[in-house]
Amino acid sequence: MLEIRNLHASVNDTPILRGINLTIQPGEVHAVMGPNGSGKSTLAFVLAGRPGYEVTSGSALYQGQDLLEMMPEDRARAGLFLSFQHPVEVPGVRLDQFLRAGFNAVSKSRGLEELDPLKFDRLLRRRVKTVNVDPQMTRRSVNEGFSGGEKKRNEVLQMAVLEPALAILDEPDSGLDVDALRSVAQSINDLRTPENALLLVTHYQRILNYVVPDRVHVLVNGRIVKSGGKDLALDIEANGYDGYEEAANPTLAQPASP
Amino acid sequence: MTIANQELNTIAAQEYRYGFITDIEADVAPRGLNEDIVRWISAKKNEPEFMLEWRLKAFRHWEKLQAEQQTPTWANVHYPPINYQDIIYYSAPKAKEKLESLDEVDPELLRTYEKLGIPLEEQKRLAGVAVDAIFDSVSIATTFREELAKHGIVFCSFSEALQKHPDLIQKHLGSVVPYSDNFYAALNAAVFSDGSFCYIPKGVRCPLELTTYFRINTAETGQFERTLIIAEEGSYVSYLEGCSAPMRDENQLHAAVVELIAHKDAEIKYSTIQNWYPGDQDGKGGIYNFVTKRGKCAGSNSKISWTQVETGSAITWKYPSVILQGDNSIGEFYSVALTKAKQQADTGTKMVHIGKNTRSKIIAKGIAAAEGSNTYRGLVRIGSRADNARNFTQCDSLLIGDRCGAHTTPYVEVLNNTAHLEHEAFTSRVDEDMLFYCNQRGLSMEDAQSLIINGFCKEVFQKLPFEFAVEATRLLELNLEGTVG
Ligand SMILES: Nc1ncnc2c1ncn2[C@@H]1O[C@H](COP(=O)(O)OP(=O)(O)OP(=O)(O)O)[C@@H](O)[C@H]1O
Ligand SMILES: [Mg+2]
Repeated sequence: MLEIRNLHASVNDTPILRGINLTIQPGEVHAVMGPNGSGKSTLAFVLAGRPGYEVTSGSALYQGQDLLEMMPEDRARAGLFLSFQHPVEVPGVRLDQFLRAGFNAVSKSRGLEELDPLKFDRLLRRRVKTVNVDPQMTRRSVNEGFSGGEKKRNEVLQMAVLEPALAILDEPDSGLDVDALRSVAQSINDLRTPENALLLVTHYQRILNYVVPDRVHVLVNGRIVKSGGKDLALDIEANGYDGYEEAANPTLAQPASP
Repeated sequence: MTIANQELNTIAAQEYRYGFITDIEADVAPRGLNEDIVRWISAKKNEPEFMLEWRLKAFRHWEKLQAEQQTPTWANVHYPPINYQDIIYYSAPKAKEKLESLDEVDPELLRTYEKLGIPLEEQKRLAGVAVDAIFDSVSIATTFREELAKHGIVFCSFSEALQKHPDLIQKHLGSVVPYSDNFYAALNAAVFSDGSFCYIPKGVRCPLELTTYFRINTAETGQFERTLIIAEEGSYVSYLEGCSAPMRDENQLHAAVVELIAHKDAEIKYSTIQNWYPGDQDGKGGIYNFVTKRGKCAGSNSKISWTQVETGSAITWKYPSVILQGDNSIGEFYSVALTKAKQQADTGTKMVHIGKNTRSKIIAKGIAAAEGSNTYRGLVRIGSRADNARNFTQCDSLLIGDRCGAHTTPYVEVLNNTAHLEHEAFTSRVDEDMLFYCNQRGLSMEDAQSLIINGFCKEVFQKLPFEFAVEATRLLELNLEGTVG
């Protein structure tokens, strides 16, 4: 599904990712954890093709295609979905229209039927139920005036509508109350199939109780410094990243040269 | 500057699609402006005496303003001085004496309108659109006459109305926009060549959308048309004008005047889709669109609403206004103004509350892309007798890229303390984050932009007659189509 080899990327000429290796198979859940500023969101943006995130070396194959050569919208149409850590407000554009436009763009590229507003509304209502969000939300402008939690739920709703093959979820759990966390986590779990895969960025072990990862990776300073099973998340929750930071950068003790 | 930003800044690269020139013989006035030209135009049109006199008064007033250099300078637009002696003030396609049906119209001309997508043929009857088309200075064809005549509605060219209904014109001409109103209104009054006239009798609801299309064809020609719409007591009419012009390197002047009069319980809905040639990427050529539009709610419970989608012209200077004279009358202004490349627009409205319980609503949406400059300028005046007057104003700006500018300049004058005014404004920017978010959901750059822009303009587009709302959407998309890559 996804094979990342020695990926280096810079933002504004500052190297952020410094050699990422990661392979994800269909049906798998991979969790990425790591301290603030370690490059988790950068990895997500690079994979989604955000302008300004420059790949300086390495490769990423997605379903056998060179992902890094594709336009962002083509990646989305090929089934790669990014749930944003900070979802963007699109004033004046109703969520249902926005979702239909995206759904139809994806369908069209695959030669599938584009849905008229009525048909799409039926589909959307089913998804709204699955994800357990307020149906009124779909009539509001995309993310405009949404609370932090509502924005996160909206990302999951969009995922449910677009049914991606690979979903990269950048902190879908941050800022959620306990009940919302359970609900969002369950929705994410419900959307799993043997064919699709998840790359889940999180700071908390809690969500992994619901969405159980096959692998947990610790990202520090632009590198994956350790990978392991789901117990690794428990270890981090208990002990923090101290030990891992040294592993990431053995020269840290000496004066750092960036 | 990142890649997406460069894209945003080259959005204006879309070419103007209506820029062809029609090869047709024209009857052209000598270049320049003097009293003889005014007489020449009036004689050419075989006008009644009162019309010539009015034109001459206007001309003398204009000469005075010109001598005193009283051209309006307060607008936020910049252009070199116009040499009014270097303009041709009248140009008409040479044609047979009188046109009785469309069959007699020069086929070349009809093809032009076809290219413009104007529903001139009767087969478009189904669409329910009656069309008057003004080519350079002269009205070419008016469709659906008989249908309208059954209801006693007059919809014809201004010239024809002068011949057939001189009394109506004499009574109303200049009653809303006097020739002395401003520099361009005076110029128009002196040299206007044609325009549309519309009269809706008492109690009649006009069954069709009335439409006029304006086209400037001849080089170095100014176009000065005049529209007069009279809605008698209890009547209703919805009227739409569309405009385009060929691409030419030199600037062309367009100074129109529109007067609307709504009597007691009458309603006039006036919509404009303005797509004059805007000039090229570097600001060369394009139409100077200096227009005076004003409506008078003369009777109680009358209503006038202006809806405009302004995408063309190098410079737009335009403030469709409503004088709310009748008690309980309503004035509305819905506007989308788009500027890109080096286009400049200074546009807005005036709502003058005179009667009691008068209400006005202003929704102005300015979109600026590339190096476009967009100014909203509005005045709400509540007179001393206008008890319980209400106004709601919302002026929003959408910026595309980082080199454009938007300004809002609302003025308020309140002489009655029972007035209730509300004002809202916000500015948003179509930024990389927003576009990337849309891209990530599968939308192309262009689809994303058009979605965002349509969302922004929604409240205004909803006010357009349906088929024109579709046209307006398409027009904005065409205008903003960028080179994505
Ligand atoms: N546009 C940018 N310009 C400059 N630096 C940037 C930019 N985007 C990210 N960075 C830097 O890249 C580093 C990694 O940021 P990133 O957002 O990937 O961290 P993260 O692991 O997602 O952190 P968090 O857990 O706080 O979300 C940070 O030092 C950040 O300041
Ligand atoms: Mg992050």
